[in-house]
Amino acid sequence: MTDAAELRRLTKELLAAHPPATTDRLDFLRARFDAGLAWVHFPQGLGGLAAPRSLQPVVDAELKAAGAPDNDPRRIGIGLGMAAPTILQYGTEEQKRRLLRPLWTGEEVWCQLFSEPGAGSDLAALGTRAVREGDGWVVNGQKVWTSSAHVARWAILIARTDPAVPKHRGITYFVCDMTDPGVEVRPLRQVTGEAEFNEVFLTDVRIPDSRRLGEIGDGWRVAQTTLNNERVAIGGTPIPREGGMIGKIAATWRERPDLRTHDLHQRLLGLWVEAEVARLTGVRLRQQLVAGQPGPEGAGMKLNFARLNQEISGLEVELLGEEGLLYDDWTMRRPELVDFTGRDAGYRYLRSKGNSIEGGTSEVLLNIVAERVLGLPAEPRTDKDVAWKDLAR
Amino acid sequence: MSAQSEPGLLYSEEEEALRAAVRDLLTDHCDPAGVIARTESAAPHDVSLWKALCGQMGLAGLLIPEELGGQGAGHREVAVVLEELGRAVAPVPYLTSAVVATEALLGCGADDLLRDLASATTIAVLAVGLHTAPGRDIDRVRFEEGALRGELTGIADAAVADVLLVPADDGGLYAVRAAEVTVTPQVSLDLTRPLARVTLDGVTGRRLGDTEAAVRRALRAGAGLLASEQLGLADWLLTETVRYLKERRQFNRQVGGFQALKHRLARLWLEVAGLRAAARNAADALATGEDTDVAVAVAQAYAGQVAVHAAEEALQLHAGIGMTWEHPVHLYLKRAKADSIAYGTAGTHREALAALVDLQAP
Ligand SMILES: Cc1cc2nc3c(=O)[nH]c(=O)nc-3n(C[C@H](O)[C@H](O)[C@H](O)COP(=O)(O)OP(=O)(O)OC[C@H]3O[C@@H](n4cnc5c(N)ncnc54)[C@H](O)[C@@H]3O)c2cc1C
Repeated sequence: MTDAAELRRLTKELLAAHPPATTDRLDFLRARFDAGLAWVHFPQGLGGLAAPRSLQPVVDAELKAAGAPDNDPRRIGIGLGMAAPTILQYGTEEQKRRLLRPLWTGEEVWCQLFSEPGAGSDLAALGTRAVREGDGWVVNGQKVWTSSAHVARWAILIARTDPAVPKHRGITYFVCDMTDPGVEVRPLRQVTGEAEFNEVFLTDVRIPDSRRLGEIGDGWRVAQTTLNNERVAIGGTPIPREGGMIGKIAATWRERPDLRTHDLHQRLLGLWVEAEVARLTGVRLRQQLVAGQPGPEGAGMKLNFARLNQEISGLEVELLGEEGLLYDDWTMRRPELVDFTGRDAGYRYLRSKGNSIEGGTSEVLLNIVAERVLGLPAEPRTDKDVAWKDLAR
Repeated sequence: MSAQSEPGLLYSEEEEALRAAVRDLLTDHCDPAGVIARTESAAPHDVSLWKALCGQMGLAGLLIPEELGGQGAGHREVAVVLEELGRAVAPVPYLTSAVVATEALLGCGADDLLRDLASATTIAVLAVGLHTAPGRDIDRVRFEEGALRGELTGIADAAVADVLLVPADDGGLYAVRAAEVTVTPQVSLDLTRPLARVTLDGVTGRRLGDTEAAVRRALRAGAGLLASEQLGLADWLLTETVRYLKERRQFNRQVGGFQALKHRLARLWLEVAGLRAAARNAADALATGEDTDVAVAVAQAYAGQVAVHAAEEALQLHAGIGMTWEHPVHLYLKRAKADSIAYGTAGTHREALAALVDLQAP
């Protein structure tokens, strides 16, 4: 059994063999992966040591103290948070060996080809077709809101392989090579002015069957792994008091007495309390996970996070008054990552509007809490036993 | 901000066992119909329940050291007891005697009285208005020629107290026997934690120590642990409302299946989950002495709105039946609303927080 002391020893060994000061960033990250210290709960040989997940902070703290480079999780969030756990659970040995290392080091960025113009919340309604041809598949369709598609090497993709069965059953899950012919990525400019997400057109894209994840027709179940991980990814990282957006506005409040009014003060204190309570809820959730008693609070973390980000950033724009009327930069760009903290309040305000939409809207998450946590009756359904091809669109 | 060590926000196995024992007792001895009937009787407090909790189970002494006959447990355990008492809106002076008065006595080092409290032979009440936040000014009686004179109002549970801890204008805190003062019940919003006016007409009390620090300590513990009572209230209200809405049918459906209601209940669940974290954090901070002022202020700035929201939603969603005297939801609404004022309103605690975390007013 790998315990904290053993992990500390292995980390010291890694640091001694590859001193961060003189080692190239990528070389260091590869060595860390090979030492099993990337995500310690992953299996041996795949960046981990099959150690308890709760011990990861031991490694991270040692490495941080030693000034080691990190793999910039913000930039590779989809790969780390969603693709990796799905590949781990459903991938073949060969897929795992090929894909996980460059995913973790950030050499290969991932995107998620799930949403379509006609299938957002109702993701299982998707219409992108994958048709069997020889030892592979030919894919045609259109995806939308695809974050990072413009920098991605790989995509997780769900497509319809059998239109004659009800919509949840005829879906298959693939790994799509974004450099393949027939994949066209077009920037989709968003309210912030930049294009963080894209439209992706798939025209006769050939995907070998060896890049299928899970069984044919079982893609919805595989996608559940991805979606569940997407939702728990938020709230999973410990933050100190004032660690989120509230820290930004608190700093402005302290530095700029000229901006203070009584009304803003009341609202700021109210949000400060709510942010602290949300933080404590996250602390409690993690303690439950470590104790092996996962609580349902995870389902609520994203809802909290979205609402608070929006309210806090909205208040901050107001606090800034005259400056709140300005914006830092409307230039259309295609950024590599979402930079929440590096930009102005106006940007944070606009970008946080996406927090209650991306990864499942707040309305859909409230349904999930009501049905799965509180056990309230499910929404009435008219689409359950109808073949996808016969559904009204 | 400062790096605190991480608070323990889960319940230990011992705490869960304690909860189960208290809940069992309350299930047997404190049903809602009984509580409602009692509120209109001459004796709103359930003294026999108090004896069972404190005599048989020894819960009055949780905060009192073992050498004084107490259990030498701590605030985390007390918090669990309060969660259960809140779930049952139990009409017992636990918060006022076993927490607030006990803390005041611990602050004065009044060992003999603490022994009496631990053995549950005595109920003590701090004669400070229930609405008072820690650190705020309090009303005091006059100390003249060795005797106490004056009137104090809004004193919770004074009706069942054996001893009153009375602040006087000489800066001292005095223990006065209830038999020597006049306790006049006030008509209270919360029927299960009634208030009274206490009149002292030239009584000689026993000086226990200085008021200031002892009262601040007592009210801080009261405020911090009240959050656990509020959690218990909110948790019961949410659970009962969900249960009722799964059962109640209108329009040929369970009304709990309507999305407008599902979303309201899901939001309430989120608030209760937040309150659980905040209340546990306050209890833990009182136990460890770390980060206590902030933890208590955060819990009290949050708890009131959640408990009241839960009660208001419960009444609305129970609709006609919820509006009746017969259904217990009104007991919870009244307690929740009174709790939102007890030991300081949310606004008062937010103000305290502004100074504590350096977010100064204009
Ligand atoms: C910034 C951003 C990044 C994104 N990145 C990606 C990505 O990388 N890959 C990807 O595949 N997708 C991505 N998405 C897409 C996202 O997952 C969808 O936008 C989302 O699931 C909602 O779908 P929709 O936009 O079609 O809205 P709709 O489903 O059309 O919803 C319209 C409205 O109806 C409400 N609604 C829908 N169904 C219900 C219901 N059952 N009950 C109550 N209300 C309901 C919704 O909440 C919403 O308010 C991204 C979105 C954003 C904003």
